[in-house]
Amino acid sequence: MIRRPPHPDENPHGVHLPLDPLPGHSSRGRLERILRRGEFAVTAELNPPDSANAQDVYDRAAVFDGWVDGINAVDASGANCHMSSMGICALLTRMGYAPIMQIACRDRNRIAIQGDVLGAAAMGVCNILCLTGDGVQAGDQPGAKPVFDLDSMSLLETIRIMRDEERFLSGRKLTTPPAVFLGAAINPFAPPYDFRPHRLAKKIAAGAQFVQSQYCFDVPMLKEYMKRVRDMGLHEKCFILIGVGPLASARTARWIRNNVPGVHIPDSVIARLEGAQDQKKEGKRLCIDIINEVKEIEGISGIHVMAYRQEELVAEIVHESGVLRGRRPWRREPGPDDAVVAERLEHILEGQNEKPVELVKDAAGE
Amino acid sequence: MPKSNPSQKGETRLTQASLVRRERDRTAYHPADVSPQRRVQRRYTMRLWSVRHARFLEWFYARFADVFLALHPVWNAVGYARAEKPVKFVEKRVKGFMFDCRMCGQCILSSTGMSCPMNCPKQLRNGPCGGVRANGNCEVEPDMPCVWVKAWEGSRRMRNGDAILAVQKPVDQSLRETSAWLRVTALAAAEREKERENA
Repeated sequence: MIRRPPHPDENPHGVHLPLDPLPGHSSRGRLERILRRGEFAVTAELNPPDSANAQDVYDRAAVFDGWVDGINAVDASGANCHMSSMGICALLTRMGYAPIMQIACRDRNRIAIQGDVLGAAAMGVCNILCLTGDGVQAGDQPGAKPVFDLDSMSLLETIRIMRDEERFLSGRKLTTPPAVFLGAAINPFAPPYDFRPHRLAKKIAAGAQFVQSQYCFDVPMLKEYMKRVRDMGLHEKCFILIGVGPLASARTARWIRNNVPGVHIPDSVIARLEGAQDQKKEGKRLCIDIINEVKEIEGISGIHVMAYRQEELVAEIVHESGVLRGRRPWRREPGPDDAVVAERLEHILEGQNEKPVELVKDAAGE
Repeated sequence: MPKSNPSQKGETRLTQASLVRRERDRTAYHPADVSPQRRVQRRYTMRLWSVRHARFLEWFYARFADVFLALHPVWNAVGYARAEKPVKFVEKRVKGFMFDCRMCGQCILSSTGMSCPMNCPKQLRNGPCGGVRANGNCEVEPDMPCVWVKAWEGSRRMRNGDAILAVQKPVDQSLRETSAWLRVTALAAAEREKERENA
């Protein structure tokens, strides 16, 4: 029987089970362990399927196998309808992946959200990313009612209260609090630029333990932001992951700049893509260059790769940029008893009689 | 259609979102003067004036609160419940004119640079979202200056502007359409009474 060495971030009793609690950790998940160990973390975004087929989710997660430490399950990003983040997380946790469940305040009020947090934590979701959410006008259902009962900040605070004070926002007690690692989003590339580092400080005060940024295409601007973040000492209180991603072409870049709220793409980036022979390849190259610049900035703990509809590039980007420094993130692999099961299955499938009655008959020599 | 000869590949890539967007102008019903967020569209002159004069308004508001607190015996004699209606009538009109107030009933203008956060289409009370346009306008309503960009400007003019850095609680929807002035006064009076008892 082949016995692979146990992965440090896996429960030996089953991949879907939570890890042993560690002192100082608020969740029992893999992502928090990696960040707190001081490793450079990589997360990626799963493109949510427009289907009711679980296999679609598994297939889309499989391309990240062994390359990322966490998979973001987006909550109707850009206000477009897709499979819910709750559903995706249910499927991913079954398979042992470490999903980062995104919660947007656009679609649900505080009653629904607090219930979902408990349900998600019970399923084994260890990371929750709190977002305000895009306005409904950005998506495919502009006639929907925007809820925005909470905002990202009060959502963070609500979940922190549920986890640390073991109660709902109303004060009612919880018997088992949700052990989650709390995340938030930052966008250093939108005005008011002076306020952005203060906003990060506010999010940390509200409970953020890690943050993922919007797409970064303007590294000098990020450096400026990070300088102020370091001056305020915020990089020591929270793990900062920078959002990166490949642009498919100059045309897509222009479209994103004009249509996706909050994405800042400088003209120089578009010019570089336009000048290239193979724009898709250049987009990937550009993404790797940005990663190489970003990983050298002090105070940055990881990257968040958003390769919308180019998910197959994530592995190449992570590999070629060398951000993992030889480390191998957890991947789904056959466990020690799986070999026994497979052997036994083969035996059954070979067509032998396995019915107890007939086995008895065989034994009696009839 | 802008594209005269769409390729087969381009056609299959069409998402539902772009179909909806293409059809939106043709099919949507646009009531006069109303934006998608059901806000009566108006000029932002007064709102912007208030932000520009945030320091003066902060000073004025502090005096005004003192006057209201001094009138506590009057409110008590009339009864806070009975005073609610006329005070709310005045408050709604005055603040509506000055700040485009939405009567959330829990005014935090002094923490937001005299720019009312309830005018944000996402009703954010803790700072700008990530979708602010490069020119400082709103993501949802392209013609409106972002409420929080203005709030930050206003707060820099105020003496106690750093109140903008405090994390605000979620809005209590059950307090909508009630007078924030009277609530603040009643709370301050109760506080004062408590202090006197302790002293």
